[in-house]
Amino acid sequence: MDLLISKIALFLILLSTGGFIVYVIRQSKSVFRCSYWVMFAGFIFQTLFLAYRYFDLGAVPVVNLKLSLAFYAWCIIGVYLLFQMKLKLMVLGSFVAPLAALFIILSSAIPPSPETVPLVFKNIWLVIHVFSMFIGYGIFSLAFIGAVMYLIQERQIKRKTIGTFFKRLPSLETLDNINHYSLIYGFPLFTVGMITGAVYAQYALGSYWRWDPMEVWSLIIWIAYAVLLHERLAVGWRGRRAAWMSILCFVILLALFFGSSLWFNGYHSFGSFGEGSRLP
Amino acid sequence: MISIVNIGMNHESAPVELRECLAGENMGPADILAKMRDAAPLKESLFISTCNRIEALCTTDDPEAAEGIIIKLMSESSGVSEEEIKSHMYSFYDMEAVKHVFRVASSLDSMVVGEPQILGQVKDAYRLAALQEKTAGVILNRLMHKTFHVAKRVRSETGISETAVSISYAAVELAKKIFHTLDERSAMLVGAGEMAELAAKHLLKHGVKDLIVANRSFERAVGLAESIGGKAVLIDEMESQLVSADIVISSTAATSYVITADMIKKTARKRKNRALFLIDIAVPRDIEPKVNNLENVFLYDIDDLREVVNENSSQRMQEAVAAERIVEEEVLKFENWLRTLDVVPAIVLLKEKIEDIRKAEIKKSLPALGNLTQEQINIIETLTTSMTEKIINDPILMLKTVAGRSSKDRFLDITKKLFNLDQDKE
Repeated sequence: MDLLISKIALFLILLSTGGFIVYVIRQSKSVFRCSYWVMFAGFIFQTLFLAYRYFDLGAVPVVNLKLSLAFYAWCIIGVYLLFQMKLKLMVLGSFVAPLAALFIILSSAIPPSPETVPLVFKNIWLVIHVFSMFIGYGIFSLAFIGAVMYLIQERQIKRKTIGTFFKRLPSLETLDNINHYSLIYGFPLFTVGMITGAVYAQYALGSYWRWDPMEVWSLIIWIAYAVLLHERLAVGWRGRRAAWMSILCFVILLALFFGSSLWFNGYHSFGSFGEGSRLP
Repeated sequence: MISIVNIGMNHESAPVELRECLAGENMGPADILAKMRDAAPLKESLFISTCNRIEALCTTDDPEAAEGIIIKLMSESSGVSEEEIKSHMYSFYDMEAVKHVFRVASSLDSMVVGEPQILGQVKDAYRLAALQEKTAGVILNRLMHKTFHVAKRVRSETGISETAVSISYAAVELAKKIFHTLDERSAMLVGAGEMAELAAKHLLKHGVKDLIVANRSFERAVGLAESIGGKAVLIDEMESQLVSADIVISSTAATSYVITADMIKKTARKRKNRALFLIDIAVPRDIEPKVNNLENVFLYDIDDLREVVNENSSQRMQEAVAAERIVEEEVLKFENWLRTLDVVPAIVLLKEKIEDIRKAEIKKSLPALGNLTQEQINIIETLTTSMTEKIINDPILMLKTVAGRSSKDRFLDITKKLFNLDQDKE
């Protein structure tokens, strides 16, 4: 059953991604509206699928890379839908959808692995930790997308090549604002995620901080975003520099996301569940 | 037969760097006009120099020599080699020249088709030629009056000027792509030319809140600031005003950079890196091009804006077709008038001869009539004048009618023989 739901979600999200790409080329509002609602439907199905997994596993469905990616994509789409309600920026979907689609395709391409959940995973702190972390990722992804759009538009204006994207992309001010607000909302969530993670570690592992590679890497990301936010608010970084910094932060974030499961060997990594279950 | 020669360069034929050189530091239009007046093959002359074009117009019997002299003059005044100038110039003769002048003044040849400034600039150039340097004669006077008439017709009969995508409009569009909305933004004009004024009005219409006018002549700054609702500052305050400005439009006649990259760099921190949009509509340029490389600073010069505008102007081509038709129509009319010029000397001679006869006869007869009142003398004057005029009216009309035809010379010949005009002259 859940397999069917996830297939439907995948199909709808890919369909809407196609629609968003057609929209950016043809600039037809009805294409946008269709894509938006298909995306919304896809989000509902993805929610159903993840909810099913949640209750089935009894824990947040991030127990392996396959599920984590599905959850991450869900966060990106969810954050986008919220932002879109406020921003009403039609072209944004054309950039967000491909990123979400990429993660969902990756997720579906990974062969299923046994999803055994140790008892320590069934904990409220962990739920808060995972949710705030992932929604934070989702918001930072939007900051990244805003930054990419900013750099494209900035390049058009600087080089005076008033091409296709000039008309289709919003103003630099708007794009910089996406970056600004993504940080304002994303950073506190990420911080909450860090703190609840530490609390959970104390509860489950007996110490707040273990210098696990994932923890160190997360700290680096946290510091990077903290620097960016500080520079923005206090020094007045904006525009191009803030956009590049956002992109850099996001690349580190992605490295963490994939690296943790592929290379690192700590309790966070998805490959080391057996060890995880052996933890006290 | 006399020829009309027009040599010039515009935004299409020459790059901005070359136009900058020719916009002239060494010699103003008045000096060039004075030299044109002194050059023998040129009879009447006119010189138009704007930030987008240079046009030299003259009448001559020897078009080739005239062209050579004009190019030599331009080369001398700018320091650019004659070859370089030649390769970026266009030249038109007679009706083609007339047509070009009509098109220029009607703003059909403008970088931004329909922009209103050019007509004023052509009028200024004519004023200089007609009143100050006295280089305009029968043909140019007529041509320029017709030119203004054509420009007026194009403006009122086509939508070109209303729908004109002006440079200011393009600038506003760009500003919106940078600032999203212009509400609450502040703008600064550096230099208070016509073009800057137009741009400022556009900005204010789109929500710009504060407008600052910095100008070398403070009086002019105050005048402009008052007329459009802004604040005037001294040119020396310009640098400190950069901190609060979001949009700067520069259009001074300065020959070196008014705003440099260092100047902008210094303000960046105080500005908290807020975006700055600089528009340089001056030639020579006012703002150092390097400024565009600075972070969150965007510089557009007049040629860049042209690129932007090109895109929007295609749909307005319809109106341009109607305007071109008006121009063609008026060129034909002018051509007809110009042809009558060939018969004008004969007509003048004829009129003079008849008038001489009339005066001589009155002089002879008056003493024989005894004491007449002034009123009676007046009646005799009127009577004789209308008689002579009516007698020669038909021959004159005939001459004017044949003026454009090949039989013209035969008619002129007959007229001269019938009235014995040539002999009289001697």
